[in-house]
Amino acid sequence: MNTPLAHAVEEAGVTALAPVLSVSGLAKSYDGRVILQSLTFALSERQSTALIGANGSGKSTLLKCLVRLTEPTAGRIDMLGQDVRALGPNELRRFRAQVGIVWQRHNLVPRISALSNVVHGVQARMSGPRSWFQALAPATVRAEAMSCLERVGLADRAMTRVDSLSGGQQQRVAIARMLMQRPAFILADEPDASLDPQTGEEVMALLLGLVRQDGLSLLMISHRLEHTLRFSDRILGLTQGRITLDQPTALANVTDLRRFFEHPETP
Amino acid sequence: MTAMPIPPPPRFRPLRLLNYLVLLLVLGLIISSLAATAPPLDKVWRGVMRLFSPSGLFTQMFPPDFSRIVPISWKLLETLQMAVAGCFLGLILAVPFAILATDRLSPHPVVRLGARAIIALFRTVPDLVWAIIFIIIVGLGPAAGVLAIMVDKIGFAGRFFAEAMEESDPGPQDAMRAIGASKLGMIVSAVFPACLPSFTATSLFALEKSVRGSAALGLVGAGGIGVELKVAFDLFNYDEALAIILMMLALVIAVEQGSGWIRRKLI
Repeated sequence: MNTPLAHAVEEAGVTALAPVLSVSGLAKSYDGRVILQSLTFALSERQSTALIGANGSGKSTLLKCLVRLTEPTAGRIDMLGQDVRALGPNELRRFRAQVGIVWQRHNLVPRISALSNVVHGVQARMSGPRSWFQALAPATVRAEAMSCLERVGLADRAMTRVDSLSGGQQQRVAIARMLMQRPAFILADEPDASLDPQTGEEVMALLLGLVRQDGLSLLMISHRLEHTLRFSDRILGLTQGRITLDQPTALANVTDLRRFFEHPETP
Repeated sequence: MTAMPIPPPPRFRPLRLLNYLVLLLVLGLIISSLAATAPPLDKVWRGVMRLFSPSGLFTQMFPPDFSRIVPISWKLLETLQMAVAGCFLGLILAVPFAILATDRLSPHPVVRLGARAIIALFRTVPDLVWAIIFIIIVGLGPAAGVLAIMVDKIGFAGRFFAEAMEESDPGPQDAMRAIGASKLGMIVSAVFPACLPSFTATSLFALEKSVRGSAALGLVGAGGIGVELKVAFDLFNYDEALAIILMMLALVIAVEQGSGWIRRKLI
């Protein structure tokens, strides 16, 4: 079970696995405005953790800080065995390659095929022209990209331009691109936000499948209470940049959780 | 009781003293410029009448003399080749300048400022001046014309390419950065495909501009049809000069129509 950092340290003698992510005293401010305040938590491997909170509570900023797409103001992040804040530019690139991100807006490259977009995922471990487009990619990379597309049920749309696919299909292509990275950890920023309920559910099930079948670790921002309850093992609740809830999903009280979804905060 | 209708607002906003002063300044600038430089109407009228007199320029131009159509056609082909070669080289070199001049992609603000300054310099100096400079460097002939067109196109396309990259959606670029892609990989994989329509339109406009410009470059000795035109005027062969002008016009219209067709097909 995932535990807060203090408990993880306490239980170190009995817990065989070190946390896959541990965050200590993480803070972030923009122009004097505090977004994250001294966050401390730790996540174990092969778990799905939901991060919930009202708009402006700092969820997306936290996710970006974890891979330094946004630089934290203070604190320490240990992820996949590395001190993330101490990484130099090249080490940071190699570290990011191990972390797959599913964005709220899929962030695919328009005007090119689904297969080319998936091939882009190989840039996590390969550079040069052969990783730029499917037409230039080696046969092994093309085959792996096709199997990633097959995994998300879109092998038959490989050569379709991504901007002509539906929102749900585009999100699946983004997941296939993320799989192509061969990540060890997945960060998902409201992956179901722009999708209809049915498609959103399918995407969430796909992500949970990666945790259950492939043994990946998942930290996802969730904005739907029912998805939080169905697709996570543990819930972290953020309120005004602080963790105010940290418990296993099985023990969660629905009434307690509702306040994270129903009361938007003013910044 | 019926409510009083709300009166319509005044048609014009009242001008402040500063607005009046600016208006007066602009009017003063226009009137003084016209008075200092605009030709007197009677002088223009007399000049136009002279063009159509029995010994006037227009009278001597008609009918156009196409007796030297073969050598003129070869020069016209040389003009087109100069335009294509100069434009191609200019567009290729404009890409790195544009990348360095783009906020998000430039490695350092100083580099960005430097790239922008070079692009502005290339754009500001007229291509005839570049032609004279390159004639001094490589001598008379089409090579000087090609280099002049190239530099002019770096200035023209560099600015528009940079603007297109500046305005492109940052989402796919962030996603590539998060994958761990190299900067070059991110630019080629995510930025170029998104900017392709804009790049294509700019390139075709650059080609049209090059063809129009290359015709004039020969006037200063930088090769192409301009040389023939200058000789025809120098030898008072105005009928042959008209034939050259008509052939240049046909070439420019053909290129404009062709590029318009390609633009419609591609974008």
